[in-house]
Formats: sequence, structure tokens, C-alpha cells
Amino acid sequence: MQNTLITTKAPFQRINYRWRVVDIVVASVLGVAAALIFFGWNQLYAPVTAPFEALLPGSQALFYGVWLFAGVLGGLVIRKPGAALYTEVVAATVSALLGAKWGGFFTIEAGLVQGLGAELVFLVFLYSSWKLGVAILAGAGAGLAMAINDLVLWYPGADTAFQAIYTVSAIISGAVIAGLGSWLIVRALAKTGVLSRFASGRDQTARA
Amino acid sequence: MTASPLTPPEGTAAPTRAAAFGRAPVGASGGSAGGASVELTGWGWRHATRSAWALRGLDLRIEPGERVLLLGASGAGKSTLMHALAGVLGGPDEGDSEGRLLIDGVEPEGARGRAGLVLQDPDSQVVLARVGDDVAFGCENLGLPRDEIWRRVADALDAVGLDVPLRHPTSELSGGQKQRLALAGVLAMRPGLLLLDEPTANLDPEGVIEVRDAVARVLAGSDATLIVIEHRVDVWWKLVDRVIVLSPGGGVLADGRPDEVLAREGTALAASGIWVPGHAPEAPTRTRVSGRELVRTEGLAVGRRPGVVLRSGIDLRIDAGRCLAITGPNGTGKSTTGLTLAGLIRPAAGTVDASGIADGLGAAPLSWKSRELVTRIGMVFQDPEHQFVAGTVRDELAVGAHAIGLDAVESARRIDALLERLRLGSLANANPFTLSGGEKRRLSVATVLVTRPRLLVLDEPTFGQDARTWRELVAFLAELLDAGSGVVAVTHDTRLVEVLADDELLLEPRS
Amino acid sequence: MSVLTPEAGPQAIYRVNPVAKLGATAIISIALVLSIDWVSAAVALAFESLLFLFAGLSLRRFALRTLPVTIAAFFSAVTILLYGRPSGQSYLQFLLINVSDGSIELAIATLLRVLAIGLPAVVLFVTVDPTDLADGLAQVLRLPSRFVLGALGGLRLVGLFIDDWKSLELARRARGMADRGRLRRFAGQAFALLVLSIRRGSKLATAMEARGFGASNRRSWARESRFGAAEVALLAIGALVAVVSVTVSVATGNWNFIAGG
Repeated sequence: MQNTLITTKAPFQRINYRWRVVDIVVASVLGVAAALIFFGWNQLYAPVTAPFEALLPGSQALFYGVWLFAGVLGGLVIRKPGAALYTEVVAATVSALLGAKWGGFFTIEAGLVQGLGAELVFLVFLYSSWKLGVAILAGAGAGLAMAINDLVLWYPGADTAFQAIYTVSAIISGAVIAGLGSWLIVRALAKTGVLSRFASGRDQTARA
Repeated sequence: MTASPLTPPEGTAAPTRAAAFGRAPVGASGGSAGGASVELTGWGWRHATRSAWALRGLDLRIEPGERVLLLGASGAGKSTLMHALAGVLGGPDEGDSEGRLLIDGVEPEGARGRAGLVLQDPDSQVVLARVGDDVAFGCENLGLPRDEIWRRVADALDAVGLDVPLRHPTSELSGGQKQRLALAGVLAMRPGLLLLDEPTANLDPEGVIEVRDAVARVLAGSDATLIVIEHRVDVWWKLVDRVIVLSPGGGVLADGRPDEVLAREGTALAASGIWVPGHAPEAPTRTRVSGRELVRTEGLAVGRRPGVVLRSGIDLRIDAGRCLAITGPNGTGKSTTGLTLAGLIRPAAGTVDASGIADGLGAAPLSWKSRELVTRIGMVFQDPEHQFVAGTVRDELAVGAHAIGLDAVESARRIDALLERLRLGSLANANPFTLSGGEKRRLSVATVLVTRPRLLVLDEPTFGQDARTWRELVAFLAELLDAGSGVVAVTHDTRLVEVLADDELLLEPRS
Repeated sequence: MSVLTPEAGPQAIYRVNPVAKLGATAIISIALVLSIDWVSAAVALAFESLLFLFAGLSLRRFALRTLPVTIAAFFSAVTILLYGRPSGQSYLQFLLINVSDGSIELAIATLLRVLAIGLPAVVLFVTVDPTDLADGLAQVLRLPSRFVLGALGGLRLVGLFIDDWKSLELARRARGMADRGRLRRFAGQAFALLVLSIRRGSKLATAMEARGFGASNRRSWARESRFGAAEVALLAIGALVAVVSVTVSVATGNWNFIAGG
């Protein structure tokens, strides 16, 4: 029997953009936690949005930003290329496993599109700016992507007024709930010290 | 003679189960190429979030096959050293290093399969949902062929004595079993260096023995180098042949044979919180007073879920100034009983009669509103973090004051007094989640006392605590008892029961 | 882990590679989403209802798990009914609401469509074991193993979340906070849970790294993810449902491409 000594050689990390294992796992944790929130929101949102829909059709999208915060949150915490996309896709996939409304494939597809919306904004800022303004823009980007996706796939029979109101509401919702909301969450998380292995955590806590 | 609450009875042998079945133990044939050697020259590390060096100027050499116990006060950088040896400390963006650290003459990051690390928290080391898959994880990462993987999985599970089917869900394992699973996962990689970072700190006494015996069994059949950190010295006492003591921010404080080091440094170590054999924390003096009845139960039956009864026929009585300890093995309903007494869970049957402290309200604590509950019964949870609701220590204390509507002056008075008494003053503006284990425990007790409840219920208050926190907590509880409060402690800790309890309710497992 | 625990059973469907299930639902979904007409959706739904008999779910479990989809289908249909593009005779007009022949037809089509896409997805996904899915994604689809397994590790932590939630609730009652402000308390608990989960996730990452994970994407697999006859058969069934639905719809002249008109 061979007496083999097995070891692995890990390449030393020179580029900051490579994802560490902790980046992957924590992004996944964020995604899964977001999926749980999506699940809860899936059960609750209908009666909340119904009056808005009745009064001003398309404005129900003002509450849809809840489904967008995973991507922005992931991007702000992990701060690496692909973080927003990855987190939103994980959230969507788990949400699909839990039986989300659009059926597995399109839930994931929606996550992909929405994540891309946020990711592109972070890309435009070259993954170096993570301030409040960028977060809000990323949320708005995700909102716009969601609006386009939903209108093409799920409301193709709707009239122009509906489409316009839907899009604007989605962008606002994304900016506020997903953008501002995620930024506040990251700030609160950093204060608890759990993000100490991330740049987003170290910005807050000075050298103690 | 027992110094710590968890010393196993004398003469506990560590059977070599593998040998008993006539199979070669792990490592004897086809295993790793012997133990690994460790060499540090002037090594130091500073975390990116701190300004002080965790370790500095460390010169150390550990020979292949040595069994080492690593001691030191909290913050002495022991965990940091272990993580560095395992190669998981993080790159240059997570901290600064200096000096040299070599395993078998190679940097740790370049030899990941050579060192195996077992961490403290049983729940955070389980990677996959089934036992067999979890143990196979490490082997998969090494790129081993499939049949070799499953062979090693069987050997590793056997070596740690975990006798469950490969498809058994990992979420259904006990703490001790999970730690043994982690150990098996590491062993399957056949490491030359075994690193154990407080492996029994989060386990009940039964789990501690399980893990200790499993490690002993493994060591008996292998020549791997062992480095273990633990603040309970007597658990590993007989297994190690060398003790190294580190000093905070510096290097080696003491290094030598166990009896020598303990003779020299024993008192200093005990003072810093290590459970040293022969240096047990003293029991506080108490003036035992007995006051009137606070709570009584009649035919109480408890359960977590409606319809499931864990325990029935509980009749007890808690008086002011007396301490009741609820003891028994895991799963017999101790915590559930504590929570039911505290008015948090509905009794499955029977009554909890708290007319002694009801002060005008109904007799059952469950019927009281949350605000009314806090001034009568205080509950301290097993995991202090479950109770944290605010962003700073001071705000945590203020939550209780606010809930009962205290005015600003009285509120500030009580808060300052508690911060002072429990030595949390310097941490008043820190975020509760950033505190150390002992500080979190003290904070969780302080938050409950702001509202001055007559009865205190504590779930495993000394769990995982070092000797210093233990001493302080026990003294503090004794003070409260003398002042006329009632205390109920759900606990595994036999020494706590010895020192503090006036009455004991032992929940035997039902046959 | 009740919500996330997959169903288990002896039927063949449980052993099929999750990637094939993903593929089958993808085929059906894409085919049906391209048009908004009641014929293609109805044919697909009829076909699927037949196949559900082999799905291995009891009627009760089926109803329970598909409830969100059914509710969502209903609400989507109502939306289109009230605000859909008007055509033909109008039955009710109020502010922006306009119920017309066109919108009624579109509403029915929407209802059937959401059901036809959503139901098979739920049924198939409910039988998927996360570990098997991860194996499939990494071995069959060759997605990077670091990400797939890292995600799986994160997913496992969910089971622990649920135990903690109850403790967090009890703790809030014990702190005097349970009387008022339900929403605020919920948010606070959710945040605490997030903190604890991230911390556990960080520790898990260290444990995984210590076992050699993350060094490279090259690794061996203890469990083989096979893509064989059963998997191809499932994909073929999905394709059949898609093709037949589209064909019938086009043949009867009902095909209504979403991008056109």
C-alpha cells in the first residue's frame, strides 16, 4: 500500500479581487437569510400591495424592493466583483427551493437579472466606491432591471400607463428599500464586529 | 481532590477500540509520514483591526510526535497561533506578520493537508448534511480517489468511536458527537499535526469525556504531533508531555514538563482564569437566610411543543434567599423547566403558582405582561447573545429600565451601579457582540438585574466560563441570595451545585 | 429544517439528478413564457397534471406546497383582468380600471400560464436534496466547486437559524419587550439572527479552509453525480410537453408572441 503524503498547494493571494472562502460562505449566508425574508414577504405582500394596485395600478411595485436587497447587501459587504450578482442569485435559488411563486426557473432568472442590475452599478464605480450614494444607485439599478424583466415576461398584456408607473415605482423601491436599507444594515452589522474579516467591517471599527 | 467541575473519575481508561477489533489503528500503516515538526523564529501577528500585537517575538520548536498543552491568559494569542499553524489566518489584508513559521520546514499555506484544526464551536464545523459526506469533505479537497476516500471515512469514524450510519443527519448529533465528527473529518486527511482549539469548551461533561477519550484513542494509534488549547487543564493532563504558557502580546512565558510548569506557574495561571488542578476557585461565604415562599409548582408538567411532555409531576418550592439547582443529563427537560418557571413557556399540565411575588397580579407568571414579568422574575439565557437587543452596553441596560418606565435619574443611577458592580464600566459604549465570553455573561446578568426581580432563573450560567468569571459569578449570586432574592440555576456544573445550592431537583432520565 | 427539508420517497423521481429537473422546468418555462395565450398553457397544464400522479407527493402535501403559486396566479390574473390592454367590448370602466373582452381573455391566459410554469417547478424542486443539487451543479454543469460548496455550507446553516428564532422570541419577552411594537421586534430579531448567522458562517469558512477547501477548484468527488437514461428521459418529457403545447397553440391560431403587438 502506498504511503502517500497528500498536501495541497494554495496559490498566494496577490490580487485583491479573488474571492476567499469566507467571502463565498458569508455571501451565501446573506443570500440564504435574504431568501428567508423573501419567503416571509411572499406570504405577506399580497394584502399590503392590493390597495395600492387598486388605486394606482403599477404602484404595487413600490413594495417590490424587498426582493432586491440581497444583491445590494452582498455587494456592500463582500466588496468584490460578482458579489451582488452572486448573493441575489443564491437568494433567488433558495427562494425557488422554498417554492416561490414564479416557479423555480424564472425565480432564478429574475434573481440573475436583478443581481445584474445592482452589479452593473458597482462595476461602473469600478468596485472602489461603496458609499451611500452608490448603494442607492445600485438599488435603483436593480429596480430598473426588475421592472424590465417583469413587464416583458409577466405583464406583456398591460397598457402603457401601467408599465410607466410600474417602472418608476420599482426604481424608487429599489433605491430606498434595497439601496438605503442595505446600506443601513451593513453599517449596523459592522458595529457588531461580525464583519471584522471584511473591508466593510474595518471601515467602521477603528484600530482599538 | 477534584479541582474542576468536570474532572473525570480516576482510572478512566481510553480503550483502543480499533485494536480491540483486531484492525490496525489509524496511522499505523498507510498513514501519514509521522508527526510534523513546528518551528517558529521571532514570529508575531497583528490583526488588522487591532493596534496591539497578538503575539510577538515567539521562538518555539516542537518535535514530531510531541503532545503539547498550550496555556495562557485570554487574549494571549493562543488561537491566533493555532490558526496560523493551520494556514487559515488570512492574507496580508487581514493582518501583519513578522518572523518565520514553518511546519516540516514549509510555510503552512503551502501544506494544507499536513495540519488538521478542530475548533471550539460544534455547530460551526459541520459542513455537510450527512455524517459520511462530512467526513469525506477533507479527502475530496485533497483530490483522493473515491474508494480511498470511503475507506478513510470508515477508519476515521472508527478511530473516534462515532458509531452511526453514514447517512445519519449531522443536525441530529449531540455536541460531543459533532466534535468527534469534526475530529474524524480532520483525521481522514491523515494530518501529521493535530491542532485542537478548545475542543471541549462548549460541551456538557458527558461530551467532554467523549471527546477526550476519542483523542486519547487516536493518539494511542498514531504518532502525530498534538497541540491542544484548553482552559480546563485536568481534562488533558494525562495525555500531554509538555506544557507551554504564552504571555499576552509577547512570547513564551513558561515551557516544560506539565508538573514542573504547573508547580511554577500554577497560581498565576489560576488567577488568570485557567482551571488548574489543585487551585480550585474558593467558595464564597454565605449567610444562609430563608425567607418566605416565592414560587411553588404543583404537578407541573413541561414540554416545548404542545402535546409533547418532557417531564411531569414536578413539585417544588422556591423561597427567598435560597438557591434551587435543577440538574440531570441532557434531554431531561431542565431548560424547559427553567423557562416554564420563568413564565416564558406554557406548562403542559399542572400549575406554576407565583403568588409570593405576584403583587396583585394573577398567580401564573405566564399570564403576566412582559413588563410586569421583568420586575418579578428575571431569566438569564444559556447563550447571552440571544438576549442582546441594543447597540451599546449602556443601552442594553437601559432597555429594561425603559420597559418599566423608570425616570431618567433613577434609570441612570441603577445602570451606573450595575456597570460598576459587574466591572463593565469601561465597556459602557462597546457593542455587546464585541465583548468576550465572560463579559457577555456578566452583561446578560446585569441586564436582568436593572429591573430588580425577586426571583432569578439562570440557564447554565457557568457554561464554558473560565475560572475567574466562575468565581465572580458565584460570589455575585451569593450576594444576591443573602440580600433576599431567590435563585433557580439549571446546570451541569457539580461544583456550582456544591457551593451554592440549598435545594436540588434532579431530573433522572425516564427509563 | 421543515421548510427546507426535501421530501423523500421510493419513487423514481427522487433519484433523478436535480440538474435534469432544473433542465426540464427550464424547457417548459421558456416555451410557455414566450406566448400569452390560454391554449398553450392549458395543454401544458393538462399534460403536467397527468404527470403529477407520478410525482410521489400526497394530495395534501401537493396542495400545501403549491399554495403560494396558486395564490400568485390568482392575483396576477386579477391584475391583468382589471388593467390589461383593452380590446373588444368593455364591461366595466372606473378610473384606470377597464375590464374588457381582451383583458378577460388575457387574464385567463395569465392564470393558466403561471400555474403551468409554477406547478411543475414546485413539484420537482420539492424533491431535490441540496447536497445532490450541489453535486450535480459542480460535476455535471461544471460550475466552480468553490462557489457551489460554499453556497451549500451557507444553506446548511439555515437549519440552525430556526432553532435560534424561538429563543430570540422568548428572550424578548424576558426582557420586557414583548408587549408592544411587533414589527420593530421582528426586525430586531431578524437582525440578531443575521449577526449570529454571519458569525457562524465565518467560523464555518475557517473550518472548511482548514480541511483544504478553497485552494483550487480541482478536487475529487465522494458522491458521483450521474446523468443517464432517467435524466435524459425527464428532459425528453419536458421537451414533449413544451413542443406539444406550442404546436397546438400555433395550429389553432392562438399563439400570441409576447414581443409582438
